[in-house]
Amino acid sequence: MKYMLLIYSDPAEGPEYGTPEFEKMMAGYFSANEKMKADGVLCDGEGLQGIETATSLRIRDGKVETMDGPFAETREHLGGYYVVDVPDLDAALKYAELIPTAHDGTIEVRPLMDYNPAG
Amino acid sequence: MKHAAPKAIAVSKAIDKVIREDRGRLLSALIARLGSFQLAEDALQEAIVSAISHWGRAGLPNSPKGWLLRVALNKGIDHIRKGQREEQKAQDFDSIRYDHAGEQDDEAIPDERLRLIFACCHPALEEKSRIALTLRTVCNLTTREIAAAFLDTESTMGQRLSRAKAKIQTKGIAFKIPEADQWNDRLDTVLSTIYLIFTTGYVLEDNSSRDLCKEAIFLLELMCKLKPEESEIEGALALMQLTEVRKRARIDGDGALVPVEEQNRDLWNHDLRKQAQDLLTTAMKRRQIGPYQIKAAIADCHMEEPIPDWPQMALLYQELWRFEPTPVVALNKAVVLAELGECPAALLAVEALEDELSSYQPWYAARADILMKIGRKHEAIIVYKQAIELAPNEASRVFLEKQMSGTAQ
Repeated sequence: MKYMLLIYSDPAEGPEYGTPEFEKMMAGYFSANEKMKADGVLCDGEGLQGIETATSLRIRDGKVETMDGPFAETREHLGGYYVVDVPDLDAALKYAELIPTAHDGTIEVRPLMDYNPAG
Repeated sequence: MKHAAPKAIAVSKAIDKVIREDRGRLLSALIARLGSFQLAEDALQEAIVSAISHWGRAGLPNSPKGWLLRVALNKGIDHIRKGQREEQKAQDFDSIRYDHAGEQDDEAIPDERLRLIFACCHPALEEKSRIALTLRTVCNLTTREIAAAFLDTESTMGQRLSRAKAKIQTKGIAFKIPEADQWNDRLDTVLSTIYLIFTTGYVLEDNSSRDLCKEAIFLLELMCKLKPEESEIEGALALMQLTEVRKRARIDGDGALVPVEEQNRDLWNHDLRKQAQDLLTTAMKRRQIGPYQIKAAIADCHMEEPIPDWPQMALLYQELWRFEPTPVVALNKAVVLAELGECPAALLAVEALEDELSSYQPWYAARADILMKIGRKHEAIIVYKQAIELAPNEASRVFLEKQMSGTAQ
């Protein structure tokens, strides 16, 4: 099963750029990446730029509305994701646990939609 | 045809017996092979319907359990076959059908119920769903019985159960025993789920058709059998057994709750106590101390004669605090302190917990009791009234009313 590990965090929390804590977090991400690659489960993974770079779009009554900013104002923002291919939820949770942001943010683990169960 | 009626009755009795005793075991064997809760339940249901007509004609098979498993498995595989997109899987199942074709011996069916328990009690499910699912699938309670225990309607509980089963499937919760690095966390969730089943039964008293305390004990006995030498499982079982020991003594002739130290010991189940003590001793010798073993030891100290071993209980609560630094443990520590004669310190400790425990009934009862002990009767009465208002059942209400009027023995 494929799972997306969505990484949510509050930009006000978490370590500041340039501090030793930040270095530690980066090292944590690096070793999580390496572990997922070495185990052959990593399908995809990217970090996102901050929500100030977000543009939201929707179509209402046939009219395209484009807005500056994210779709919803929340304290924790989506900051990146991984997609892993593992046998079950427990395995996905183990990889989620390796993500450093789990310590000051939240990792949401969601199965991807399976469009072809026969495989 | 004159023998049809007795035969039909015999068949339906035989089916009832297998289902009552072995539904969980059959279900877990089916889930392990079919990979789906819902499919396994449907297949078992269909096999039961077949059994009624088939056994009625041909008589009881040598192994009713083996027969049901084999037929249910074939029905389940047929369902999978009908799902066109699952061709590959259906091919995989061919081997299973063959493997079990000759199964005649009940004991040959492997007991997969530990996997079932861990799947039902997975932390990715809501707490209440974990409880309901465990009672439904492992203990074989009906949806109606579970609904009654939680004061829900049958349809609400039915929806909760179907949602939970669907979630196991869609979230990809595996039907397996957790690996070593997840074992402790998962066991915690299982034990706390079973403990909640027990406490729900304890508070309900005799209002439900099935005794949830007994179901919780059944689950832990089953776990002890399937996963021997696990100290916290044994500790949890000892804790519940020690509570069960006092079942007949905990309510007096007036319907009032009787504190442990004032209970009539002749009404205790001393054999069960011995059994629990032996189990706890065995568990503790392994030196893998955990909260359930400590709580069981506290329960046992509370039952010491002629009076509870309060000093030892104080030490044990201190130890428990290391595992569970919660306001409830702090409250219990304070209550023991009061029993040791340190009432002013105990009152301070209790009052410091007001913000955290303002909706927790035992907080009021404990505070009232200490106020009474140090002679602040007017305040005690006000707090007793609050405790009575929040009382979880009639027995504690009657007990508190007695305490309040100062007539308790």
